[in-house]
Amino acid sequence: MPEIRDFHAFPDAQGRFGQFGGSFVAETLMAPLAELTEAYLRLRKDPAFVAELDRDLTHYVGRPSPVYFAERLTKHVGGARILLKREDLNHTGAHKINNTVGQALVARHMGKTRIIAETGAGQHGVASATVAARLGLKCVVYMGATDIERQKINVYRMKLLGAEVVPVTSGSKTLKDALNEAMRDWVTNVADTFYIIGTVAGPHPYPLMVRDFNAIVGREARAQLLEQYGRLPDVLTACVGGGSNAIGLFHAFLNDRDVRIVGAEAAGEGIATGRHAASLAAGRPGVLHGNRTYVLCDDDGQITETHSVSAGLDYPGVGPEHAFLKDAGRAEYVGVTDDEALAAFHLLARTEGILAALESSHAVAQAIKLAREYPPDGIVLCNLSGRGDKDVHTIAAREGVQV
Amino acid sequence: MSNPVSRIPSPGAQRIDRRFAALKAAGRTGLIPFVTAGDPSPEHAVALMHALVESGADLIELGVPFSDPMADGPVIQHASERAIAKGVGLAGVLGWVAGFRQRDKDTPVVLMGYLNPIEIHGYARFAAEAVQAGVDGVLLVDCPLEESAVLAPLREAGLRQILLAAPTTAPARLEKLCEAAEGFLYYVSFAGITGAARLSTTDIAARVADLRAHAKAPVAVGFGVRDAESAKAIAGFADAVVIGSALVERLAGAASAEEIAARVAAFLRPVREALDAR
Repeated sequence: MPEIRDFHAFPDAQGRFGQFGGSFVAETLMAPLAELTEAYLRLRKDPAFVAELDRDLTHYVGRPSPVYFAERLTKHVGGARILLKREDLNHTGAHKINNTVGQALVARHMGKTRIIAETGAGQHGVASATVAARLGLKCVVYMGATDIERQKINVYRMKLLGAEVVPVTSGSKTLKDALNEAMRDWVTNVADTFYIIGTVAGPHPYPLMVRDFNAIVGREARAQLLEQYGRLPDVLTACVGGGSNAIGLFHAFLNDRDVRIVGAEAAGEGIATGRHAASLAAGRPGVLHGNRTYVLCDDDGQITETHSVSAGLDYPGVGPEHAFLKDAGRAEYVGVTDDEALAAFHLLARTEGILAALESSHAVAQAIKLAREYPPDGIVLCNLSGRGDKDVHTIAAREGVQV
Repeated sequence: MSNPVSRIPSPGAQRIDRRFAALKAAGRTGLIPFVTAGDPSPEHAVALMHALVESGADLIELGVPFSDPMADGPVIQHASERAIAKGVGLAGVLGWVAGFRQRDKDTPVVLMGYLNPIEIHGYARFAAEAVQAGVDGVLLVDCPLEESAVLAPLREAGLRQILLAAPTTAPARLEKLCEAAEGFLYYVSFAGITGAARLSTTDIAARVADLRAHAKAPVAVGFGVRDAESAKAIAGFADAVVIGSALVERLAGAASAEEIAARVAAFLRPVREALDAR
């Protein structure tokens, strides 16, 4: 791959990040995608839209989220300073709301009255139901039957917010199947329906649009670091399923070549066991859900079932921009196992009084490993993408505790 | 987009074009059944293809099972899942086409499916093996014209890329599709997944008439054709009718070659007769 001068110049007009991205969809979706692309490219440059979004992010989401120095965790680990970008403190408890607030505004500007969404852990479903309720839009959330079982609290939250949750029983009954089903709904109901994709995957313009709405995370963090520490971090880390919180943190730093970037994928029971969801660390380029990216599939091209203790990382593809950053050598992607994530969950809870989401616990585990590689005056900036309340039952069940 | 196939004659390209030319000469509407390869049973996959021809098929659309068929409805998705569970993959499908070709040298076969199995197999390798097996064209649901540069090795090998047009397709895009059409242009008769919804015949008639006037290839209409009656309604204005989900649904669970042939005949012959009685 040729040397990249400006990482902020991607994607191109066709939605390509180098060889990744694009619009690999059925003919019936080409028109709605073109309509969405046209509307979004216009709105993202419209000062009135940008001001409206900023107001919502400040007064509804609660931005900016703090950068917090995890001092006791740092002391316990005995390495570089670990800073946490506290996306868990946003309204609804995760970074997902940054994106749904933005897409809901786009939907309203396009005159759509019905919102659909897919969800894995339920965080994106909750964030979609939330903004739909606020704007008075009908909301249908597709969720794999397996995920419904392991995320009951979030399912109930969505219902309380007035959303209809549709169980998906095809395939592996997880996030990828929910995405297939939501795409089908959209194809059938395009006239009044806006599809809020929850991650930086899918066809163009979704990887661009979802990244833009989450990029506030890195923009804020970069300014906060400069203001509070007078310097940029040595290394960034975030968990990567589809990759929206990670690209949100990474994007503002992509052209800061001295800042190392490490994505933490779900290694599940270990990459060698085959029971994992590490598309970048262990997959290969392919085409899934409307874009070319790294995927987990067999030699017949069939997408393989993934495994992770965290539903939000249980996805066999990954956003095309991450595939591009990997091949360009700008970011590294490594696996963190279920056990490592759980250990990090407990350590963070005991040393800092923060219950992290299981997804985010993968990033915390990686931050701990990275902190050991740097001197005490170094800085590891970790995206704490969501809070762990939703995972309490999963953790209790796994550890044999009756709640 | 340039279209080298139209300048390079190949057996496959000729087979599809010859078949549509013959239909036109005879004043008949083509019948294109779709089946998922390996469903209801991999052992009888070749027998099923012959049964389709014996019951009146003019061209066969053979679905290559994929784990994540985004544009298909539950009927075809479940057929894909059943086939994958029995180990059906691209290599097996190509083997069945080759087996079919031992007895049938004339009926065109188009593979229908998604890009990832071919991407993973390798485009050049697939192109060579597909031509060798006797495949005539491909219809890749998630590969619109804008992304079809990757299919260059297929076109160079002589495989037709069957393109789709939909009611939602914008006029400017329709022009591009008509210009690039080869083999036949597949008109999706409603905006939805396979096997759902109802046709509004007058609406489709106007759209298809317009397409036939402009497209550089014949126009086949599909998505939502369920029986002889709905097929006949379309026959008046299309060059061919595609019938998929309803057939796949009928075949599910058929255990023997005889039962498969009987179900195909019971379903397809009335459609054939309705098309010919026009």
